[in-house]
Amino acid sequence: MKENDSGSESAYWQTNIRLMLKLLCVWFTVSFVCGILLVDVLNQIQIGGYKLGFWFAQQGSMYSFVIIVFYYAKRMAALDREYNVDE
Amino acid sequence: MDLQTMTYIVVGITFTVYIGIAIWARAGTTTEFYVAGGGIHPVANGMATAADWMSAASFISMAGLIAFYGYGGSVFLMGWTGGYVLLAMCLAPYLRKFGKFTVPEFIGDRFYSRTARIVAVICLIVASVTYVIGQMKGIGVAFSRFLEVDYTTGLLSGMGIVFIYAVLGGMKGITYTQIVQYCVLIFAYTIPAIFISLNLTGNPIPQLGLGSTMIGSETYLLDKLDQVVMELGFSEYTTQARLSTLNMFVYTMSLMIGTAGLPHVIIRFFTVPKVRDARTSAGWALVFITILYTTAPAVAAMARLNLIDTINQPESAETLVYAERPDWFKKWETTGLLKFEDKNGDGRIQYTSDKTTNEMVKVDRDIMVLANPEIAQLPNWVIALVAAGGLAAALSTAAGLLLAISSAISHDLLKGVFMPDISEKSELLASRIAMAGAIMFAGYLGLNPPDFAAGTVALAFGLAASSIFPVLMMGIFSKNVTKEGAIAGMIAGIGVTLLYVFQHKGIMFVASTSFLGDMPSNWFLGIEPNAFGAIGAVVNFVVAFGVSRVTKAPPKEIQDLVEHIRVPSGAGSAQAH
Repeated sequence: MKENDSGSESAYWQTNIRLMLKLLCVWFTVSFVCGILLVDVLNQIQIGGYKLGFWFAQQGSMYSFVIIVFYYAKRMAALDREYNVDE
Repeated sequence: MDLQTMTYIVVGITFTVYIGIAIWARAGTTTEFYVAGGGIHPVANGMATAADWMSAASFISMAGLIAFYGYGGSVFLMGWTGGYVLLAMCLAPYLRKFGKFTVPEFIGDRFYSRTARIVAVICLIVASVTYVIGQMKGIGVAFSRFLEVDYTTGLLSGMGIVFIYAVLGGMKGITYTQIVQYCVLIFAYTIPAIFISLNLTGNPIPQLGLGSTMIGSETYLLDKLDQVVMELGFSEYTTQARLSTLNMFVYTMSLMIGTAGLPHVIIRFFTVPKVRDARTSAGWALVFITILYTTAPAVAAMARLNLIDTINQPESAETLVYAERPDWFKKWETTGLLKFEDKNGDGRIQYTSDKTTNEMVKVDRDIMVLANPEIAQLPNWVIALVAAGGLAAALSTAAGLLLAISSAISHDLLKGVFMPDISEKSELLASRIAMAGAIMFAGYLGLNPPDFAAGTVALAFGLAASSIFPVLMMGIFSKNVTKEGAIAGMIAGIGVTLLYVFQHKGIMFVASTSFLGDMPSNWFLGIEPNAFGAIGAVVNFVVAFGVSRVTKAPPKEIQDLVEHIRVPSGAGSAQAH
């Protein structure tokens, strides 16, 4: 392991957790909120042949998941370098 | 060339390729066998993971269930993709840093207890066996159609092939075979979807076709489908919820956290070269899975519409005459998975939601994807390709799971715990016996599966969700959870879930032993057994934290271990155990 004082490691961990929680909020919103809890409300809006709530449940949530995972990977790679904990 | 010959040829070619690659790639080192994906680019690893992941449940069963559940089928779509977000952010990088090969090993080390490891192994075996039952249903459907025999004969032949396939073994660990399997699978799934989407909407991209207007009309496909199903007395396709909002919420959650708790997926991220790669590998796997999963809703809606149109013949005033039924109808009748009963004796087929007048007395949901290209009258080679894809999906996942089960029994339980000085030869023999036993057990239960393939697989996810996912999360994100807490949590979580599932679905899914009956009025808050894993997980968390508060805190070195896995630096390569 590289020389890191525990203060910087704990700051790294805190930043990671904050990023993770933010992205988990997005994850929850696109699937559970838009696809299930508020589906009837969003279904009032129509985009092309799709009712919006139905679209989130069967299309939109999955596209969002892909974006979330890659965004996290990119931000974490930068964070690893910033805190000098990358391999 | 007739369809049967064509199917044999396409299936034969794909299998030759898998086996050929396996033999070619085996020339490498034995380490390569264990360290699947070591030194392999995250994109390739992601593709292989996707092939590993997508089983009979995804390929054969899921779109069929969506076709009949409509909007309610979304639980499978969101559940089986959303879990990768949890994997990528909450588990994969840290388990990779830990640097061992199996999930029970992590649990045993983090919770400084051999008992914890044994409990984890048992939980994994229970979940994996249930998973295999679901695969067996898919295999039975695919083989019965492929060989044109009844379901039982199809299942028995399939079991034999799975056994041979799994004993060849090494095939599973070789990433290149899986990459080819992914390609076969995704072509087999998307090509018919493109054809059908073109036929119905003129749009070649199924994801867009589903939101387009019908060809030569101003009506949207989904509106048309809503209208057609409602005329027959079914619920509106795009709004028909699965039981209740609460049930859908819990069901989706259960599948998501089950995804993040199943060993054969997690294991793939243990062996990527770097912690950083664990994060991107999960992303690529999700990309390749999403290609199939966003196509599935289009397949589902279009299959339902085509099925209804075939029977109701919108261009004529009368419904289809039974004697003039198409070929695919007759072939599926042979398998016993499609049944017609002329209730009013007019020789025509009436298909309605009303049980007393509906004459399509059995339409097994799991036949829809395989029957879909025939219903849409696509060329024979497309139909043959779908058969090859379905077999690839079912066999690869079943074989992989059987290997996981047999190595858990022979390596983790026998060698690790009960007979430490067992010879390598006896260990191998034990693993073969365990595998044969698991196939027969799962095959027997597959004769009368607790649900459609995807539903049965959902039960397996519930079991993984209630036992493994919570302890992994607590092991990484809390330093205070003790061994007593983890053990009590796992037992309570899987215990509650199994109790709930067994009392409604029967003990070990033998329906006659179900003492509460599988009916909504007996369900806790209206939550179906398939969805109960999320509740089990909550129980697991609560019990584990509760017990940890009153037991002695974990020793200093365990707290250091937790600190250690949280930062990527110094990971090194995965070590053999």
